[in-house]
Amino acid sequence: MSSQVDHVARAKGQTDLLSRLKKFARKNASQLGILGVFFGLWFIFIVSAPDTFLKGQIYYAFMSTVPFFAIMAIPLTMVVIAGEIDLSFPSIMAMGMVAFLLTYQATAFIGNIAAQVFLSFIAALLSGALIGWLNGLIIVKFGIPSLVATIGTQFFWRGAVLVLSQGKSGTLSYVKDSFLYPLLVGKIGGQFPVQMIWLIVIAVLGWVLLNRHKFGAHIYLIGDNRNSAELMGIKTGRVRIQAFMLIGLVAALAGVIASFHVVYFWPSLGDAQLLRTLASVFLGGTSVFGGTGTILGTFLGAFIIGAIEAATVAVGLTGFWTQLIYGLIVVLSVIMHTYLRKRVE
Amino acid sequence: MDNRLELKNVSKSFGEVQALENINFQLGRNEIVGLLGDNGAGKSTLIKIITGYHQPTAGALLFNGKKVDQFSVSKARQLGVETVYQERALAELQTLWRNVFLGREISNRWGMLDIAKMRDETRRLMSESMGFTSMAVSPDSRVGTFSGGEKQGVAIVRALFFDAEIIILDEPTMGLSLKETAKLVKFVRDIKRAGKSAIFIDHNIVHVYDVADRIVVIDRGRIAGEFITKEITLDHLMEKMIHVAETGTFD
Repeated sequence: MSSQVDHVARAKGQTDLLSRLKKFARKNASQLGILGVFFGLWFIFIVSAPDTFLKGQIYYAFMSTVPFFAIMAIPLTMVVIAGEIDLSFPSIMAMGMVAFLLTYQATAFIGNIAAQVFLSFIAALLSGALIGWLNGLIIVKFGIPSLVATIGTQFFWRGAVLVLSQGKSGTLSYVKDSFLYPLLVGKIGGQFPVQMIWLIVIAVLGWVLLNRHKFGAHIYLIGDNRNSAELMGIKTGRVRIQAFMLIGLVAALAGVIASFHVVYFWPSLGDAQLLRTLASVFLGGTSVFGGTGTILGTFLGAFIIGAIEAATVAVGLTGFWTQLIYGLIVVLSVIMHTYLRKRVE
Repeated sequence: MDNRLELKNVSKSFGEVQALENINFQLGRNEIVGLLGDNGAGKSTLIKIITGYHQPTAGALLFNGKKVDQFSVSKARQLGVETVYQERALAELQTLWRNVFLGREISNRWGMLDIAKMRDETRRLMSESMGFTSMAVSPDSRVGTFSGGEKQGVAIVRALFFDAEIIILDEPTMGLSLKETAKLVKFVRDIKRAGKSAIFIDHNIVHVYDVADRIVVIDRGRIAGEFITKEITLDHLMEKMIHVAETGTFD
């Protein structure tokens, strides 16, 4: 008799657990989906190229190069959730470095490389935030769709970079003597790239901002229904401008990190990052229509994008296959996210 | 003198379009005013001025007899104006609790959200909300999955939570079933019983006649006439409305 009661209770406990698991799965369908893709691809990589993917080397390589675009994908996720887009961040990366170089020259009188590099770094960040603010202002005050506005500003700032640098590249060997160099692109224990720590810090801060702060709450609401947000008193213009400032700031940081990494500035800096960054965001399950998206998804998306290139070669295919596989995975993932979202609704 | 809200000579134009002209409007304590008028008569503009969404081009707003300057959505809310918008103003991809606290999330001084508190308050509200919504709704469910009546319930519950003095209902019966409409009418009567004031806008004259103490008719941006509901029959009101629609005046 009592064992029967136990049995019933246990069965009830199990269905409770099961229904809670189901609920959890439904709520986080998109994130679980991208986790599945992530581990699925990883498994395929390991099985097809165990020599490469069972050694630490390749992971250090990923952690060294993925942060260049992944840190920008974090604030870009917020911009997209708010129902906007930014295509100008590659130019902001380069423009931040131009501000860096100009400040370095202008502060030559200080005669202390560490101080000069530090001031130049601050100038780069400020110029990034300023350009982001201008982007936001154009979009909000003139009511121009961000797609169009940032196509325009992306050309404008790339043009500014070319004019100001006279199209010249140059070495930055002096930054190696600055305390910022090991802080931004150093290697802990001679192996672990510091930029990975920056990526983790920015991802965690981004997550907190998006999920635990008013700013993030308003980002979601604006992307979901801007009219409602306005009726309920949210200053939608201000929030959107702040989001563009954030990606401007982080793009400038990414520009400095990418340049420091190779101790070199080149005027087309950033161009290669446009599609990778966008792909990370959409691969991660952020909807282009706004209102939904997660930082975790973007984070995983960035590493998938980053791994495909190396993996294609390691698996034994020629480099010609890389883009084809990129495209395939992006398209399939976006279809998966759309399908999962429909099921939830 | 005992007006909760008064509009004095309020006009509003959008560029060359004169949406409202010299509106004088009062809402008394414990009074329900019905607002009637054709599409495009200026009802929604009037509402959006009272909620602080639009700024009047000319004229003044008085709350409890005091003139209010620099009126805005947040100021209106501080003064106890809550609105159930025609379009319901919900964010459908977001959870219920995020919608209840839309635009005034509970947060500390650094803007960090108190999510546990908002979820608890939402749960309490939903169970207390006079049967307007089903209690089974969890604070974490997405508003987009709700029925029309449930969505309207959310919009109303949200308005109630913040201790409204004046509740504005803009086309609240739109998309509701008969049963839900009956609940809504009861809810409006409860507002009055609780000592609050309301402005009720509906294209259905019968509903307005049913709940309003006084009816204000707007036509082409002007107040065309006012009636005490007790002093006019529904048939007579309907005749008048048709006359206004045709001629723009009651005379």
